[in-house]
Amino acid sequence: MLPAQLTAGQFHAYPPKARQLAVDNVALLQSLPLGFVPFLLKEIILYDWKFPAEQWELNKQLAYLAGLSDEQRQAEMARFAKLRLSPRLEAFDWVNSPGQFLEMLSAHLWATHQTDEFRAASEKYVHKFYASLERPKLPAPRLGIVALGRGVAESRYLLFRKLRRNGVYFNNVNALNGLETLLETVKARAAKYPEPYGHWSIQGGAKMTAPGVTCVSYEEMTPVRRTLTEKMRAAYESPNFNPEILRTMLARMEPQSLGMTGPDRDGTLDRFQLSLLTEGSGTQIYSTTFVQWAAREALRRAQPLTVFARYTPRQKERPMNELLSGTGRTAATDPEGSLIDGDMGAYYTWLNQQRLPGADESRFLVWFEGHSEAVAIAPKLKSNTSDTRAIHMAELLETLA
Amino acid sequence: MPRRFRGEPSTAREVAHAISRSRREFLRQATGAVAAGTLLHPYPLSALALPRVRKAVVVTFGGGARDDETFAPDGQENIPHMLAELAPRSTFFTQVINRGILGHYVATASLATGVYETFNNFAKVSPDHPTVFEYFRKDLKRPSTDAWVIAPSNGFNRIGESAYRGYGPGFGAGVILPKRLLAAALAGGGEADFNHLLRDNYESSSFSPVVGGNDIELKTLSDIFQLSVADFVAHAKSLASPDELSVYIARQLMHRLAPSLLWITLHDIDVAHSGAFSLYLDGIRRSDRLCAEIWRTIQSEPEYAGKTTMFILPDFGRDSDTSAGGNGFQHHRTGDATSRTTWMMALGAGIRENTIVDRPIESTDLVPTLGSLLGFSPNLSQGKPLPEVL
Repeated sequence: MLPAQLTAGQFHAYPPKARQLAVDNVALLQSLPLGFVPFLLKEIILYDWKFPAEQWELNKQLAYLAGLSDEQRQAEMARFAKLRLSPRLEAFDWVNSPGQFLEMLSAHLWATHQTDEFRAASEKYVHKFYASLERPKLPAPRLGIVALGRGVAESRYLLFRKLRRNGVYFNNVNALNGLETLLETVKARAAKYPEPYGHWSIQGGAKMTAPGVTCVSYEEMTPVRRTLTEKMRAAYESPNFNPEILRTMLARMEPQSLGMTGPDRDGTLDRFQLSLLTEGSGTQIYSTTFVQWAAREALRRAQPLTVFARYTPRQKERPMNELLSGTGRTAATDPEGSLIDGDMGAYYTWLNQQRLPGADESRFLVWFEGHSEAVAIAPKLKSNTSDTRAIHMAELLETLA
Repeated sequence: MPRRFRGEPSTAREVAHAISRSRREFLRQATGAVAAGTLLHPYPLSALALPRVRKAVVVTFGGGARDDETFAPDGQENIPHMLAELAPRSTFFTQVINRGILGHYVATASLATGVYETFNNFAKVSPDHPTVFEYFRKDLKRPSTDAWVIAPSNGFNRIGESAYRGYGPGFGAGVILPKRLLAAALAGGGEADFNHLLRDNYESSSFSPVVGGNDIELKTLSDIFQLSVADFVAHAKSLASPDELSVYIARQLMHRLAPSLLWITLHDIDVAHSGAFSLYLDGIRRSDRLCAEIWRTIQSEPEYAGKTTMFILPDFGRDSDTSAGGNGFQHHRTGDATSRTTWMMALGAGIRENTIVDRPIESTDLVPTLGSLLGFSPNLSQGKPLPEVL
């Protein structure tokens, strides 16, 4: 089936808000090529569980496309329309399974050497769309905080080598009450600038949360992770196993099937946490990977004002079977390796924060927890410099102002 | 669809050139290498006395390593052997472009056929086009013992020969899967002590397949390597990773059979898919050390010394930190220039030392280059022989 044949009734299986959105835009969807529509539907079908920032952007994108004249829209879509697709793709139920369709499309584009063309087309489209967006002013500059290195007494690894180039390296930070000060800062921002999913605490260890702060914790998710890895093991042991089947199975997983049930649950957050485990690679086994990926996804999707990510030691490398199943030798941790993981993860968190609107005003702080090293990045701080004075965490945070 | 990071180079070509420039400048500083373009053409290697019998050893990394962690200033500490021992002896290609599918099996198959193969990376299939091993054996009438592949995981077990009419069965290379060999040796039990050597596919973040042992593997041990199961297992116990096991097997093979064409695919670096940066760095350091070990083996084995050309190349790169659609070092999914652009080192018999080649080449050029070196005709390959090493 091609998009021109779409009817409103075909969205009957969508969740309520998603269905309404699709039905409201059916004429627009009919006018778009098959190399593009499923990307929109993949977002639309999850609309009911999306963060406010995502819903806002999706609404704007649909309005942007609808606001183009027919000629403009054809020009905008020309490169997508020119993609050579296969009858198998056309025959697939891309309305109800857009995610699975996109996996097949991706494989098709790679095999037919169209990936580069698709990538160029989508980048051009996205840049144009974002350039057209008028965003509301942020109530405060974004702030990213990363604490890493718990459990490391001493390290010879050159920390923050990438982040130092973008801010001030402090090597005489007084660690006393450092963690508490950071958490207080997050709490204060959440209280001052209340916003749904606007302030995040992402923890490799136990939960650290406060009113108005959305918390995700690797440790807290242990039962969910265990259930998931059991299902993965069962899928693996199936005679029909291949990695693509596993990916499809993971993509179809619902929060309830992993025990995320009960009253007063936050469906949006449940789905987000589920996606961290089913879409992320390594998030099921390494707390450091989990924290990095969770911070990335929170920034990309929720576009929060505040992110506080804290790395804790991950388990040591072991064969994948043991890592997933939790069997075998007793799980020892690797604090030194986790420090290096966290260092790179902090850099990626900063990069991801810089991809968001308001990047020119954003602030960032990374701290070797319990130690004297930190890097602060802010518009008024000079890049690639050092500061050797003795400084408390509260003062360090003030330098970001 | 990805958002772009501010400051990202605007075109793939710019990125590829930037990568190439960074490798070139660094190698010049580190080794005092000269650019091939500054030398007079034609390449004066014909003046060198080349041995009559030539051998080739190809080492690929399944799981590319980026410049950031290797040839860029931050990464130099991870590749001391390549920089100090290998690069000064090599002709170094700074810009090898892979225009194919960036999955390890299909990309390695493309390297081995000289054609961008398009089959499903996870399918249990042979390459569609004849492999370098088939050209080599058929054209030169070489026996089956003269071409071998040592491959990292079970998915590679059909890499040795294609299904192409006129080639295929009977003309391919012997494929050794060291993990399967070890599993066979451990068939009586004891896997728990060796799980670190038996791990398989990181990309799916999934359980390793059970690598079943069988009689063929045990026969390989005794016939080819003349090793007892007990000796093999005892040695394996001292190894830290699957790639160490592969190189151990390679050394045994070189010592016992001395094949003229040996292809070794390392895979430890691919632990990057787990997202743990420190483990990825460990993989790079190990690969660096193992490449030097293979080189030293070539120098110390009489059947290889002085007549062997060695090629080292990653199958492709990994995603850039600034490519919003990816997650940096972890994967190679975006198809961005960093993930498509890598390097190649050629060293040994007949190769000009301390030389840098800046022009872009393609990963499919390897097979025709091997053909020119060893004297066979890879008719169906899409690549071109590299004059800088001929």
